[in-house]
Amino acid sequence: MFTASPLLIGFASILALLIAGTIASFWMAGIRARVKTWWVIVVALGAAMLAGRMGVIVLFALISFIALREYLSLVPTRREDRPALLLAYALVPASYLIVALDWYGIYLVFVPVYVFLLMPAVLVLNGRTKGYLAATGILHWGIVITVYNLGYGALFMNTPPAEAPLGGAGLLFFLLVVTGLNDVFQYIAGRTIGGPKILPSVSPNKTWAGFLGGVVLSGILVCLLAPIFTPLPWRAILILAVLMPVAGFAGDVTMSAVKRDLGVKDASKLLPGHGGALDRLDSLTFTAPLTFHVFAFFSSVRF
Amino acid sequence: MRGLALVLLRPVWWLLFGLSVGGRERLPREGPAIVAANHNSHFDILFLLSAFDRRAVQNVRVVGAADYFLATPVLRFVALRLIGLLPIERRVERGAVDPLEGARAALAAGRILIVFPEGTRGAPEEMGRLKSGLTKLVRETGAPIVPVYLQGAGRILPRGARVPVPFTCTMLVGRPIAADGDRAALMARLGAAFARLKAAAPPLHWT
Repeated sequence: MFTASPLLIGFASILALLIAGTIASFWMAGIRARVKTWWVIVVALGAAMLAGRMGVIVLFALISFIALREYLSLVPTRREDRPALLLAYALVPASYLIVALDWYGIYLVFVPVYVFLLMPAVLVLNGRTKGYLAATGILHWGIVITVYNLGYGALFMNTPPAEAPLGGAGLLFFLLVVTGLNDVFQYIAGRTIGGPKILPSVSPNKTWAGFLGGVVLSGILVCLLAPIFTPLPWRAILILAVLMPVAGFAGDVTMSAVKRDLGVKDASKLLPGHGGALDRLDSLTFTAPLTFHVFAFFSSVRF
Repeated sequence: MRGLALVLLRPVWWLLFGLSVGGRERLPREGPAIVAANHNSHFDILFLLSAFDRRAVQNVRVVGAADYFLATPVLRFVALRLIGLLPIERRVERGAVDPLEGARAALAAGRILIVFPEGTRGAPEEMGRLKSGLTKLVRETGAPIVPVYLQGAGRILPRGARVPVPFTCTMLVGRPIAADGDRAALMARLGAAFARLKAAAPPLHWT
């Protein structure tokens, strides 16, 4: 399935963009680190997709682990919670094992229902009630965002080949490209148009013009790519054209609010030019489950 | 061998602990020099060693308590062969050899010493009072002190814990402090350097 031409052309276009970015970075020193990091991200994703379903599952498990570690290092934690946090890390391989086994029904409820019940029950064992409610809420938000929501990216790889024109890899490619370019579109539109701020106390650089401009550009991108990479009917494509950019924006500003609440600008220094893993993944944590469920609702028999 | 093993551990630290090192170029490549770090966890030693240049690390010795690290044969092997421990006696009887003698000789031989001037790991992610044995060594040998602030290792494996838990770590290397002035002034400069590095580290919400 991977060798089907649109996916190859898609990857070739991304590489062409990167090469253009690299050439531009000879003059623009400001974007050098950012472009270099994009190379690492694109090569890692490309290699994982070439390796197939298990390659993507392993890469996404690593990404979820790094994102969860970054989150748990940033938020308030209590010394007594260390064993519970170790268990939270163990949920990463557990959740991706469910993806690897293709237990779709169990994946849907594992984190939102059973981990939601398990973690408070484990946290209560250390006997410290001061800060208990905050600790359970903080932990669950992080697990859902970094493990459950990102896991939908890998879950796309379980799509039966007959259900999508380019298989699960095509759907995942569509999700990643739209989410990534939506970030870029919103940034560029905001910079070039300006105007009134949309959420000045959370993200001082974001404007209404940037948001709406980004929604329009990303919407056009969805309408162009979805007929090639997805089996979705037009009404579903139009829903995604609006919802994907809005969800990407929501993921971006919610993570900004979390960072502002904790008094940091970037989640970490993991990715030079980008900040931390959470700074790069914020939009994807919202768009991944949404895109998956639109596909599951409108087109898939399996899901 | 030791240098290669430490370089091979770097990606492991990156994945498990996201260790970021600020100011790595300030770590000494040649002795005599002293690297003074805060101490909250056994991981401090591994992170510090892995941050050094692969060739320089052959020359690095870690000053640690003889009563703790030489207590069992396994610990003794790890400490002396892998870590490069320079054992120091914490309790000294009258008339015994000066406990700093080994450190003095190592500096004279051009080694780089890692010291933890708080003397012990203490409470996780808190700095204890700096002990002044370090300044005595500095004034006698003229070795510069490079201050290093480590954040996060006390959460990974605090004193008394047995199982490490992944947390992101930051290591910040400060400018070398010259070995002049009297002991009190030197201690004050070292304390100020640690305070500056700590202020530059990401905020830590840990109770």
